[in-house]
Amino acid sequence: MESKPRMLVILDVITSLLFLTAVGMVFFYAPLEAVMGQVQRVFYFHVANAWVGMLGFMVAAISGIAYLRKGDRKWDIVGLSAIEISFVFFFTAIVSGSIWARGSWGTWWTWDPRLTTAAICELVYAAYFLLRQGIEDPDRRARFGAVYAILSFISVPLTFISIRIFRTIHPVIIGAGGSGAEGSFDMSPRMLHTFIFSLITFSIIFADLLWHRIRLGKLAEEAENLRLKTLQ
Amino acid sequence: MIITVRKLVKRFGLKTVLRGMDFSVAPGEFVALLGPNGAGKTTFLRILASLSRPTIGQVSIAGYSLPHQAAAVRRRLGVVSHLPLLYGDLTADENLRFFARMYDIPQADKRISDVLEMVGLASRRRDLVRTFSRGMQQRLAIGRAVLHDPEVMLFDEPHTGLDQDACQMLDTVLQEVAARGRTVVMTSHDLARVGDLASRFDILSRGVITSSIQRSEIDPNNLLAYYRQAIAEA
Amino acid sequence: MEPISQAEKQLTRKSSAPGFGQFIRAVSAIIWKDLAAELRSRELLSAMLVFALLVILIFNFALELDASTRAAVTAGVLWVTFAFAGTLGLNRSMAMEKDRGCLDGLLLAPVDRSAIYFGKAVGNLIFMLIVEAIVLPVYSVLYSVNLFNPGLLLVILLGSIGYVAVGTLLSSMAVQTRTRDVLLPVLLFPLVIPILIAAVKGSTGFLQGVDSVDIRPWINLLLVYDVIFIAASFMVFDYIVEE
Repeated sequence: MESKPRMLVILDVITSLLFLTAVGMVFFYAPLEAVMGQVQRVFYFHVANAWVGMLGFMVAAISGIAYLRKGDRKWDIVGLSAIEISFVFFFTAIVSGSIWARGSWGTWWTWDPRLTTAAICELVYAAYFLLRQGIEDPDRRARFGAVYAILSFISVPLTFISIRIFRTIHPVIIGAGGSGAEGSFDMSPRMLHTFIFSLITFSIIFADLLWHRIRLGKLAEEAENLRLKTLQ
Repeated sequence: MIITVRKLVKRFGLKTVLRGMDFSVAPGEFVALLGPNGAGKTTFLRILASLSRPTIGQVSIAGYSLPHQAAAVRRRLGVVSHLPLLYGDLTADENLRFFARMYDIPQADKRISDVLEMVGLASRRRDLVRTFSRGMQQRLAIGRAVLHDPEVMLFDEPHTGLDQDACQMLDTVLQEVAARGRTVVMTSHDLARVGDLASRFDILSRGVITSSIQRSEIDPNNLLAYYRQAIAEA
Repeated sequence: MEPISQAEKQLTRKSSAPGFGQFIRAVSAIIWKDLAAELRSRELLSAMLVFALLVILIFNFALELDASTRAAVTAGVLWVTFAFAGTLGLNRSMAMEKDRGCLDGLLLAPVDRSAIYFGKAVGNLIFMLIVEAIVLPVYSVLYSVNLFNPGLLLVILLGSIGYVAVGTLLSSMAVQTRTRDVLLPVLLFPLVIPILIAAVKGSTGFLQGVDSVDIRPWINLLLVYDVIFIAASFMVFDYIVEE
């Protein structure tokens, strides 16, 4: 059982610093938006969260393919970790999107394509966990998880497009002010800086958490291995 | 050697079931594979049947290796497990017809009639399989397994759930199957039965073959003693 | 048995690769088997049919299906019905193979695994189409709506194909888990949302005589979905059934 590798310690430190900076930028560096006021600040982290959620999904799908081709269990741990973390990130994105909606239009929910797709992704993740839970054999669990991650990842763009077309042909009455974050206001340079900085910060947070979670997965497997050895 | 297994390891996740097994069978041998529960007999048979992949190791049957030449192996393999693998809502005839098409068997009609004759079910050919007793289903399952005239047959505890009469009928069929020069590997718990059928007895314990003995080297009445001793030593 | 010579081995190796003809024969054998078994027992179709009609009945009370709203919601009601009845069919079709170990029987045959996928998928499609073919006239009669619209039928066909393509694969997975029947809708519905949206919108479009220019995107979406998911499902099917 190795202790935390140095790189990870450094990454932890960098991540924490970046996050604090990002929070600072959101509250102090970025200007106050004219129309929405303080609520608008949700935007920076909201998009970053959603972006990272999708990133996680992509990582999971690619790990899935890697697992199916190589059979190396580490890919399964990567895939599971990516989806677990994405689950949380998407959840945060949905909640922040909800706050945004409340601030912009006075409702807690809009059937905006992005928000709706994020909600569907959450359900897909939940299905993924349920699927894994119902399987005893670890190899089968990994295989089925990989297949579902791949298939569901393919369906997401199609889902998004279908909701998009749905909305343009039949605009929903509530929230007719546009499809969420973009297009509802222009970004001044400082806003842009904060926005991009948030994206980068969150990507690094994702990488950091992923690394931790993968280590956790590997430790769990080692523990299981030792347990089986003593039993046999 | 028609079946060759070298250093076969099978793991399920972190659990190792087969630990570097070596096993070979000459053409025409009837090998009884014995062993306690959980030794890995069914797992091993499933690997031979190409239903499961080896984690490490080489398996070859009739000159073709698994898992890469699995389709070629399957053509030469007949498998009977303790589940009948038959469709209850179809008749015996229809079941065999289905498998004949799946195995691309020429002159299917004649072959099906012959097989039904051999397993003693010719009179029930138009009856639904779900009306068959377990013994009859097993016999039909054997019929299905020999339909494509395989060189190698694998039986996984075929006597399970059968009463004395059914067992006896099964044994008659088994003897007939073996008599055509086919190679047979059969796992079983029923030592008395295999004593009459097999030409060789192998013991599988804790994931490896721990002993192998020819019929000529042992008095079949002492099979139980031999088995007990082999397990104890393992 | 004499040792097989090198030349013979080459020959047998070539012919041991199952040809396309054999593939088609295997697929049609599986389809025929499913149809024959179903014709005897009629379990699957009757369950799907009764369920579908019940769902329509429930909708009658749950939604105000008066003349004006009816036109707008017909497609939705139909598709919800098909989606739910569809899961019944998918579950039963795979459970039949799993329960008596028949799946192993199929896996033992010397054909490509994807033949099993296509055989089951086409069988499932046929059952779904049969149910739809009965539900449509019944709905027509109950609500005095004319549903014999070629555009509508096309949409239903395309939607069913996509649904069954993914559903067959997922039901093969679900049937091997502990939670089985319950798991299939959970796995399936998020993935078939594009079909449901496109099919409902397309159906409504045809029923209301909307300009074909507006319906085109939905048909295209259905086609793209079908192609992508038939390809993806058949590529991963091997990994689902092998151990």
